[in-house]
Amino acid sequence: MNNEITGAEIVLKSLAEQGVEVVFGYPGGAVLPIYDTLFKQNSIKHILVRQEGGAIHAAEGYARSTGKTGVVLVTSGPGATNVVTGLTDAMMDSVPVVCITGQVPTHLIGSDAFQECDTTGITRPCTKHNYLVKNVNKLSSVFHEAFTIAQNGRPGPVLIDIPKDVQFAKGTYEEKNKIIIPSHRLFEPSPDFEKSKIEEAVELIANAKKPIFYIGGGCINSGPKASKLVREFINMVGSPVTMTLMGLGVVGSSDKNSLGMLGMHGMYEANMAMHECDVMINIGARFDDRVTGRLDAFSPNSKKIHIDIDESNINKTINVDVPIIGDVKQVVDKMISIWKEKNYKIDTDSLKLWWDKINKWKEIDCLNYNNEGKQIKPQYAVQRLYELTKNTKTFVTTEVGQHQMWAAQFYKFEEPNRWLTSGGLGTMGYGFPAAIGAQVGNPDALVVDIAGDASILMNIQEMSTAIQYRLPVKIFILNNEYMGMVRQWQELLHGGRYSESYTDSLPDFVKLAESYKAVGLRAKTTDDLDDVITQMIETKNTVIADIWVTKEENCFPMIQSGSAHNEMMLSKDQKQDKKSAEKGKILV
Amino acid sequence: MNKSVYASPDQVSETKRHILTVLVDNEPGVLARVIGMFSGRGYNIDSLNVAEVSNDENISRITIVTHGTSEVVSQIEKQLLRIVPVHSVTNLDREDSSVEAEVALVYIYISENNKKKVYELCDFYRARKIENENNTTIFEIAGASERINRFIKEINEITKVEIVRSGPVAISSIHKNEEE
Repeated sequence: MNNEITGAEIVLKSLAEQGVEVVFGYPGGAVLPIYDTLFKQNSIKHILVRQEGGAIHAAEGYARSTGKTGVVLVTSGPGATNVVTGLTDAMMDSVPVVCITGQVPTHLIGSDAFQECDTTGITRPCTKHNYLVKNVNKLSSVFHEAFTIAQNGRPGPVLIDIPKDVQFAKGTYEEKNKIIIPSHRLFEPSPDFEKSKIEEAVELIANAKKPIFYIGGGCINSGPKASKLVREFINMVGSPVTMTLMGLGVVGSSDKNSLGMLGMHGMYEANMAMHECDVMINIGARFDDRVTGRLDAFSPNSKKIHIDIDESNINKTINVDVPIIGDVKQVVDKMISIWKEKNYKIDTDSLKLWWDKINKWKEIDCLNYNNEGKQIKPQYAVQRLYELTKNTKTFVTTEVGQHQMWAAQFYKFEEPNRWLTSGGLGTMGYGFPAAIGAQVGNPDALVVDIAGDASILMNIQEMSTAIQYRLPVKIFILNNEYMGMVRQWQELLHGGRYSESYTDSLPDFVKLAESYKAVGLRAKTTDDLDDVITQMIETKNTVIADIWVTKEENCFPMIQSGSAHNEMMLSKDQKQDKKSAEKGKILV
Repeated sequence: MNKSVYASPDQVSETKRHILTVLVDNEPGVLARVIGMFSGRGYNIDSLNVAEVSNDENISRITIVTHGTSEVVSQIEKQLLRIVPVHSVTNLDREDSSVEAEVALVYIYISENNKKKVYELCDFYRARKIENENNTTIFEIAGASERINRFIKEINEITKVEIVRSGPVAISSIHKNEEE
């Protein structure tokens, strides 16, 4: 047949038809045919990372900041094993990613060939689905199905493993609209899906005296319209709302109904309200252990509504009264129309009492910290960063640890998709490559990676990538020379024995930046801080800002492991009782 | 209630045996996906059986015997449905009625002393001797797992045996319309 093309050409054609503009990758023996085809075309841009782990986090950052699917291209063996962390991260945080891996030629599979590994075997539990494509004629249909699966229902990573001989082989290309994906392979709710449950839920909300909305990352995955509808509905009800780490930005920080983040390092008022509410409306969150604290004391007197697109999240850890399986924007849209149709109105007297109570909790001022002296407090650094960037379109990514929690507490997000962090897996090294991906997807925006001194070193090699593609990403290091969160747990739970949590022999971050031809800045005291931040923002180059912060600052408030929402620790002086501390120590 | 890093608050319901039948696309890796879900999430597989059942050979039926509280088993069902090539999951213990059976092949060590007793017992349980080229005493017994258990217990009291069992397969016995 004369319309046959090579497997590698089919790969590029499929990507182009799927609307892919950029691929993050790293070449190697088993993907050379695809790289050769990439060389001969102009429609798809390739970002060369410096380690495959960087590629997949960059793809995640790209996906989370743009709402598109991130694409990764890596070679067999070590190329594939290096993306395993990122795949797991994308799986836990429901990020749509398609990862293409090369594989040794079909006839060598199973022979322990050079750079061979059982990629589909290794990645089976950390992908939504994966494929080993042995027949070139199936390649295009696999690609189109993979993109659909990555985006459909609860999004997630999909991997396609392509042996080198299949990349060379000739076959026919099938267009996207010719591929029929059987319905059982996708999530497809019927139009009238869960109608009676939704009615029941709305009635429950209308009769609530102490309601609270508990908003998760599912609202962001459902698209910007979902956030709009969620805000609209919460305003109609007049209820307080709290968000998970992944849900920050769905409702703006400045919204009068927002109580901020809940959970282990969440706001005191948010956790207390969760504990004492009578109706809880969980939209797109999954009762994660960082959120719930001790389960037997989790919101003991509430009726719980749970809206989730993934049925396996229902009753997984917390039993709920009204489960609704569906997409947030569709379900909330229906809730709004039922609310209007039935002319529901919540009892204003009870609601006022509820808000009075919440406002009392707010007076505790749980984020309060001692900001005396010239030494920069990490909290203060994030506050200043927020104040000096709030009028710019800013994306914030983080690594994992204390700085991540301070960023979540002190940086105020007004929009969805502006906050990129590794929530479920807690991957140190996520933030910088994710910032690179976000900058690629949003060239005109300001992208700041709020980092720790330990985390940033996990993917520091991506400095080369940022410089090569002139990505003016800003790395804002809260440098306390410790793995701060590890140190905090050691202080609180392990008698202050700081076993291996001091990061000795740190590089000089200013010189490190300069060696990559980036700009290095340093703030040693509060006097320098604003200047450094302003200079960082104004520099049209990649910047590392090394912010020297108080070394042994702890992140509060905190629900210690094994404690409940109403047993928050507000400062170091307020120790957990010994028995539950011992019990909590064995937990993560 | 089941998996969480925190202890389970609710009363735990009774652990029970459940038979799940899972219809899957017959594609490479599908069995590994199913088994991997069980081991990865710490669920139990007591027995497992896979075979193609449809005429077009594109669909396989996996029969899994597991045990757990009803909360755990319902979580297993939901996790199975997340697997892309899975068509459907049926918990036969939630259906009103079902029929199950398994097959065992038993190599029985026979001597002049126990011969009579062995044959009587096999006769009683309708275990059928399978002809084979070495003319050894291999018996086949089919039926409910309970019945096979009893047979094995009794034959063990008489003589030494070697056993292989298929694990149960099961089907819903609810009346269905023929057109469906």
